[in-house]
Amino acid sequence: MADHRLLVEDLTVSYNRIPALHHISFAAECGECVALVGPNGAGKSTLLKALSGLMPVETGTIRFHGHSVRGPTQEFAYLPQRENIDWDFPASVRGLVEMGRFIRAGWWRRFSQEDAAAVNEAIRLMQLGELEHRQISALSGGQQQRTFLARALAQEAHVFLLDEPFTGLDKPNQDNLRVLLRSLREQGKLILVSHHDLASVPDIFDRVIFLNGELIAAGAVSDTFTTENISRTYSTGVFSGARR
Amino acid sequence: MTWLTEPFADQFMQRALLGGLLIGFTNGFLGAFVVLRRLALMADSLSHSMLPGLAIGVMFFGLKMQGLFLGGLVAALFVALGSQLISRSSRLKEDTALAILYTVAVSAGLVLLTFVPVRVSLNHYLFGNILGLADSDLWLSYGLALISVPLLAALQRPFLLLLFEPAVARSQGVRGGTLNLLLIILLVLTMVSSVQAVGVILMLGLLIAPAATVYLLCDSFPAMLWGGGAIGAFGSVLGLIFSYHLGLPSSASIVLVLGAIFLFAWLFSPRYGVVRQLRKRRHFHEESLARWKSEHPPKTPGEDE
Repeated sequence: MADHRLLVEDLTVSYNRIPALHHISFAAECGECVALVGPNGAGKSTLLKALSGLMPVETGTIRFHGHSVRGPTQEFAYLPQRENIDWDFPASVRGLVEMGRFIRAGWWRRFSQEDAAAVNEAIRLMQLGELEHRQISALSGGQQQRTFLARALAQEAHVFLLDEPFTGLDKPNQDNLRVLLRSLREQGKLILVSHHDLASVPDIFDRVIFLNGELIAAGAVSDTFTTENISRTYSTGVFSGARR
Repeated sequence: MTWLTEPFADQFMQRALLGGLLIGFTNGFLGAFVVLRRLALMADSLSHSMLPGLAIGVMFFGLKMQGLFLGGLVAALFVALGSQLISRSSRLKEDTALAILYTVAVSAGLVLLTFVPVRVSLNHYLFGNILGLADSDLWLSYGLALISVPLLAALQRPFLLLLFEPAVARSQGVRGGTLNLLLIILLVLTMVSSVQAVGVILMLGLLIAPAATVYLLCDSFPAMLWGGGAIGAFGSVLGLIFSYHLGLPSSASIVLVLGAIFLFAWLFSPRYGVVRQLRKRRHFHEESLARWKSEHPPKTPGEDE
């Protein structure tokens, strides 16, 4: 039986040789929704980027399913923050979801029936059927997010890394996203989310990771999401290894 | 119909037709990458950077095509790679590095030209002469197009990932650096093979205008590639025909035709045209007002909640 765990040990990530995250270790299981909580500059985005391979790792290891994750992988899908996307790019919803199959399909092979089926299924699960020919800027914020989630599904990623997905969504869309994340969790996906709104943590997440440049606490929401941990995370300045 | 066929009775016009079709297509095809990667400014600088190379080519080989080709190629690649080196190894951004190197290259070219024994018309370099295409120019253009167009078409998927989200594409195993370099090399090759026909200034129009036109018309990357190529080829032929009948300079009329097509798309594109945008705003307002009214029916007095 494979080990369905993401295991991060002693992870340090730096910008220009100055660490933004110091020696982080935690574990998370597939089928869990994990919140990354901490003040601005605490390294939430940095952690997500390091896990998805967007930033080089200075020290430590990332293991998933018992294998060391190093270099490009299809198992992890990173959903960027809204402002980092060129929404005028010539792509429809379907076109964007199809991008999730490019690596599996190879650079020039025709799309197989399996590829098409995966794209259709992802579009259906994310409730985008009626929008599939829309250009991506002609979507609401929630729909844009679902399009990127659908691409990650088509990619057959197992770990979903979401950077502030609830920010900027109105109430109905937030509720909708919560339901979708739950359905992804039921499919056995592991979902890591950087999150701002402390009040909604117990509602949405199973596990919480408190960050403040270093790891403050990590564990099940039921026993780790305590006022003590919250105040430890937010009361001190962000830990930085840089000399002043 | 004779006004369509009549211009191409002479052999030099037939060569211009073949050259225009091909150069128009290749530039239009490549333009999609340049527009989406926002390399228009770089393309402009690189096209001018060929000057010192052309001058050196003339000095050593005379006015032979091979010498001009090699010289232009080396000079443009030198500026392209040099600007990458400077921007990566210092805090300067790429556009700044490019501006420095390309002005230096043009100046060096002007100085070198004074040592060239034959008289070279700068006008020719800037605006080209499609009616003067030799068979060897055509062979070179066709050879290069046969390499670059199939190669770019085959690498559409990784390029699409890279153009859309460079960082994510790299994390998934797309070799961003290699693809970028390939794109720049193909861009320079296409430029060098187009300079004889349209010159460095008009070449940029041939490269950018068709892709920008399709960008305003549709939302598909493959359509941008092939549509850009088609518009480039069509505009070139139409420009040649106009220039013949009206007695205008040929490369300029090609770019004017492409400019007119672009203007038309900018104004009247069904999705992204200016006219459509102006009408859309009012339409949306009325629609949302109607929806809001239907969702919030006016309350009759005395009714609570």
